[in-house]
Amino acid sequence: MNGNEEKVKHPLLEKIKPSLIAVGCGLLVGLVIMMIFNIQEAFGGFFTMLVGALNQGTKSLGDMLYMATPIILTGLSVGFAFKTGLFNIGAAGQMVVGAYTAIHIGVLWNIPAPFHWIVAILFGALAGALWGFVPGLLKALSNVNEVVATIMMNFIGMYLVMYMIKANVLNPLDSRTLNVRDTALLPTWGLDKIFPGSAVNIGIVVAILVVVIIHIILNKTTLGYQLKATGYNKDGSLYAGINTKRNIVISMSIAGFLAGLAGALYYLKLGNHLSTHAGLLPQGFDGISVALLGLSEPIGALIAGLFLSYIRQGGFYMQLYEFKPEIIDIIISTIIYFSALAVALQFFFRKRIQKMKEKKRKKANEEEAKQ
Amino acid sequence: MKEGRMTSFLYQKTGGIHLSYIIEMNNICKQFGTLKANDDVTLQVKKGEIHALLGENGAGKSTLMSVLFGLYQPDGGEIFIKGEKVSISNPNDANRLGIGMVHQHFKLVEAFTALENIVLGAEDTKYGFLTLDKAREKVIALSKLYKLEVDPDALISEISVGMQQRVEILKMLYRDAEILIFDEPTAVLTPQEIEELMNIIRKFAREGKSIVLITHKLNEIKSIANRCTVLRKGKYIGTVDVDKTTTQQMAEMMVGRKVSFTVEKGEKTPGEVILKVENLTVMNKAKNKALVKHATFEVRAGEIVGLAGIEGNGQTELVHAITGLRPFSEGKITILGVDATRDSIRNKYEKGLGHIPEDRQKHGLILDYNLAENLILQSYYLPKFQKRGFLKFDSIYLHAKELIERFDIRSASGAKSSVRSMSGGNQQKAIVAREISRDPKLLMAVQPTRGLDVGAIEYIHKQLIRQRDEDKGIFMVSLELDEIMDVSDRILVMFEGAIVAELDPKLTTVNELGLYMSGSKGGTSH
Repeated sequence: MNGNEEKVKHPLLEKIKPSLIAVGCGLLVGLVIMMIFNIQEAFGGFFTMLVGALNQGTKSLGDMLYMATPIILTGLSVGFAFKTGLFNIGAAGQMVVGAYTAIHIGVLWNIPAPFHWIVAILFGALAGALWGFVPGLLKALSNVNEVVATIMMNFIGMYLVMYMIKANVLNPLDSRTLNVRDTALLPTWGLDKIFPGSAVNIGIVVAILVVVIIHIILNKTTLGYQLKATGYNKDGSLYAGINTKRNIVISMSIAGFLAGLAGALYYLKLGNHLSTHAGLLPQGFDGISVALLGLSEPIGALIAGLFLSYIRQGGFYMQLYEFKPEIIDIIISTIIYFSALAVALQFFFRKRIQKMKEKKRKKANEEEAKQ
Repeated sequence: MKEGRMTSFLYQKTGGIHLSYIIEMNNICKQFGTLKANDDVTLQVKKGEIHALLGENGAGKSTLMSVLFGLYQPDGGEIFIKGEKVSISNPNDANRLGIGMVHQHFKLVEAFTALENIVLGAEDTKYGFLTLDKAREKVIALSKLYKLEVDPDALISEISVGMQQRVEILKMLYRDAEILIFDEPTAVLTPQEIEELMNIIRKFAREGKSIVLITHKLNEIKSIANRCTVLRKGKYIGTVDVDKTTTQQMAEMMVGRKVSFTVEKGEKTPGEVILKVENLTVMNKAKNKALVKHATFEVRAGEIVGLAGIEGNGQTELVHAITGLRPFSEGKITILGVDATRDSIRNKYEKGLGHIPEDRQKHGLILDYNLAENLILQSYYLPKFQKRGFLKFDSIYLHAKELIERFDIRSASGAKSSVRSMSGGNQQKAIVAREISRDPKLLMAVQPTRGLDVGAIEYIHKQLIRQRDEDKGIFMVSLELDEIMDVSDRILVMFEGAIVAELDPKLTTVNELGLYMSGSKGGTSH
């Protein structure tokens, strides 16, 4: 709980080792796959992927920050729910209702400048919270499995949003949403000067702020104490007199809030629209990867989200070497696969190291005996 | 350490032929992190003897046996089986060497039958299909030979704990084990079942099998074992002939100081009624069977009411209903004269309930939280520990420090220790400390000393009696008859969900209690 002091005792490195191993293995497998496809270009492509986001200097870095914003938040959403013992597979649905609500307000409401985007992201996040609240309530009242409920809510959200777009904010030419008013666009607060030409806006700042807030809630408050207790040991927290049912609802609502916020921040951006084609938002599922790689920790989600966004950016430039950017998704999947296996991997490596040490010791003993 | 080296040195001199011992484990060392679980431990077991391995929890008994069974690799030391040096790298190696083990927590597949569990891992197959006929014959023959009553076709989930243990024993015999290791085999059995098991073990020894009995119960060792090896804090203390040693001496070797076995307790007249339970009925989940039937009783200030009974006769459900962990269909609960029937768990705590739960890891602790966080489990929301929703870590750690000192809770790194890494005895101490420190008027203690060693048991009994002397009402559930007899002021007996007797420990005998517990006496609902 008292995070910082804990880390002094168990070095941070020990904790994040599984994730680092996973990243290493994932990249290695990616390289092998690239070599299978095109051995001549493999190393060049691989190198481009690793430094890709720095390729175009500050522009690509800014783009990376913009693309990282939603997946940091969906990762935070999944990780937060997971810390409290719940699987939130519904980040995609929560995000899409959040996105729609923000766009709806951005297009149709007329609010003076500094407040318009604030109101839009706030209501977007609240819509996401509602989308998390429903599965939470179902689970608390009649023990409906939240995995099933959130998956269902994904589709309900997706189709409802398609309908609402057509009913309210359709741009018939492109079968997508209308542009939001200028007052509803997220400001850049000078970030566009640091990263000229990029898509960056204050979304990333909001995301980092929220990461810090969630970290504080989880580690410093009574709310976090009881939520985590419920997640670690449901029977134990029942025994402790904690209202576990209320906690389930609160936890799912907060998770939904975070995913909804992701949607609002991502789509209050010039040139970014929700389409009327059926399809779940990929960022919702990236959230699961980010949470897994970030060990369900808020700070972990921030780092993992940035990392994923970084190598995606690199993957984009990999096309210069005649590699399809999809290869990046293979690599990311491999990383996720390995991070699920990470604990086992760590165990494996530790055993190998132990065996090597034993051999060394035996050799030393034998030499001693000889002498 | 030197002596150990000496024996292995002699060993080499005599060419390693030392047939009088069937097992020799010399200078075994095993370290987990910084904890030396086994520090230069030696165990020598003769063929055909019953050898007890005695030590408190955390003394390294299970580690030593896990090394012998191939579950752990020792960091140092040598193992000789029948005089031959061996290296046992997994349980299959152990099986091949004729070593079998009955673990404290049975390793059975619940959805399989007894027979399927027995053959698991050593199945006969024909064209890749399982054939059980031969196995069935062998199992039936074995169970006849040793009077190990088992229905080979019963599902594990449907048979009693005693029978599950017999399945585990048959599992070893089926693999022709000659060295039988029993890890705390009596912890889950009734007095009658213990007697049966002892007879079976004696029979094994007569047949020439060698037995290692891991235990911390001295009277069992006295009644059955030939020799006894004592470990303390991972170190080898000594091996003694049981005939020539008193239980007192063995206890001293185990604990490292003098221990008192008798519970000292003064007279006390019970005062006002603290807990009143009327007509409490608890149904099973399907709501077609009553697990607790119309229980009615009182607990008064300054008395310890002991609830005796064989495991699974409704004690757990009764306590869960009273403490709020489980709903009940009928009945009334009054705490300190105020109706608490519909109270939430937290309300009950606020009315003065303290609860030392039966299952300390399931209910009593959040294993992923550290010690300090566990010590505020029911009181984290009080102004003492929080301000405007923010936890006051200073007071939380101060609180933990006080309790650690007052209740002598031992752990690797004090208040910040992970509870998961603490020994069972210290986990229990932490719960007892937390519950007592909340100053409850009513203390429900369910199997408060289960799985604990002599020292910790003595300590917890003292705490319970001190609470009684401070005019608290104590309701204690226990499966240990000695505990019920020694600690209680009044005994209730539960059988098949009903309270069938109320007895005075001064006027009753263990025998009479046993008869009520098994339902052969009484039967009228109290």
